[in-house]
Amino acid sequence: MHLPDAEQLLADLTGRMRPEVSGNTALVGIYTGGVWLAERLHRDLGLTLPLGTLDVSFYRDDFGQIGLHPQVKPSDIPFEVEGSHIILVDDVLYTGRTIRAAINELFDYGRPASIRLAALIDRGGRELPITAQYVGATLALPQHKMLALERSNDGKLGLSLYDKSSPGQ
Amino acid sequence: MNNNPQLNKHGELQHLLTTEGLPASILLNILDTAESFVGVTERDIKKVPLLRGKSIFNLFFEPSTRTRTTFEIAAKRLSADVVNLNIAASSQSKGETLLDTVDNLSAMHADMFIVRHSQSGAAHLIARHVRPEIHVINAGDGRHAHPTQALLDMFTIRHYKRDFHNLRVAIVGDILHSRVARSQIHALTTLGVPEVRVIAPKTLLPTKVERLGVHVYHDMAQGLKDVDVLLMLRLQNERMLGASLPSSEEYFKYYGLTQEKLALARHDAIVLHPGPMNRGIEIDSAVADGKQSVILPQVTFGIAVRMAVMSILAGN
Repeated sequence: MHLPDAEQLLADLTGRMRPEVSGNTALVGIYTGGVWLAERLHRDLGLTLPLGTLDVSFYRDDFGQIGLHPQVKPSDIPFEVEGSHIILVDDVLYTGRTIRAAINELFDYGRPASIRLAALIDRGGRELPITAQYVGATLALPQHKMLALERSNDGKLGLSLYDKSSPGQ
Repeated sequence: MNNNPQLNKHGELQHLLTTEGLPASILLNILDTAESFVGVTERDIKKVPLLRGKSIFNLFFEPSTRTRTTFEIAAKRLSADVVNLNIAASSQSKGETLLDTVDNLSAMHADMFIVRHSQSGAAHLIARHVRPEIHVINAGDGRHAHPTQALLDMFTIRHYKRDFHNLRVAIVGDILHSRVARSQIHALTTLGVPEVRVIAPKTLLPTKVERLGVHVYHDMAQGLKDVDVLLMLRLQNERMLGASLPSSEEYFKYYGLTQEKLALARHDAIVLHPGPMNRGIEIDSAVADGKQSVILPQVTFGIAVRMAVMSILAGN
């Protein structure tokens, strides 16, 4: 299957977001792919508020089934969440469960004025009423496939498709 | 695959009973997970929903304030429901056996037991007895083990020294009666600390302690030379009355950590103590409150480490 070029999608996404951001826009990337994208967006959009990162492991709804992720990263929200305008960034939007967890976690830091969502790929398959305001591309994929963003040593982003070997991603 | 009662059939941590025999990967996973919980404990809302709906029983058959409180706070910050049982003052004094107590609490749908007991092996006994979905954490058993204390010490050491592989660590004081020292020695050697020393009078050292892979010193001046980390142990006052030691004054003179003795270690050495401290016996106030002391950060990190242990166990 032919996958779109992640660098091109990121460029399109950046262009789409540029007129919508301002000095009070805060960007929060979700580990791992979302953080890579958020770092690039943060730089290319010239945002001034420091970049936030979230690892939603402590808020996932499948802890009871699969336990704790073995490599949890510390979440870091270095700006005042209370009253802020946040754009969450993730690589692949699928069931919406990760975004639900991320929103819950953000609210434990304070009450934001608004939260929007940017995703490089929307692959459909939503299980919750969640939608992204900024999308690089939409892509229909069979359920047993897993789409992952990867970063090479020189920092270039690329998409890869895998067969899902275990439930949950 | 293993005979370790702490691991399930997939080699994952089922109970935390001792640091002895646990692979470095499991110890490091606990420390890494704890790093993420440090941030949680610094927020306004110091709580995550991970163990929502789980019931955790603090079973303390021996008095403890700090350990019991930090386990309680850790469980609450994971959104679990915590019940504290001070058993010395309840059923056991009416003659109920340890396992009857555990069976009754299991019938109340306990998910996890945190056990402190004066007898070595008590937590093991409970772990072997309970149903497979119940997890047990040893919060100190007799002279045997106190794994979460050792893990929070490892977390503190890594926080300040970054790497275990180039360190000289000295454990100072009553090694003989100390479950903390045993758990520290196993954790330090597993994590690759090349030189672990114990410094104590002969009467406070177990025989053949060298078999644990430590270097033995009886003299602080020699033992503290070039040391990066000092793990002080609490001298239990009740031991003082026995034949082990002539007097607390004399102990302080030879083994109490003063600024002068600390100056023999590396200039950037850190000082840890599991608490509660006996000021003026094993440690001088000037050191306990001094700039090389990391005793209070240990307490803070202890909560994150216990949150990590509980959430890893509950997920396995």
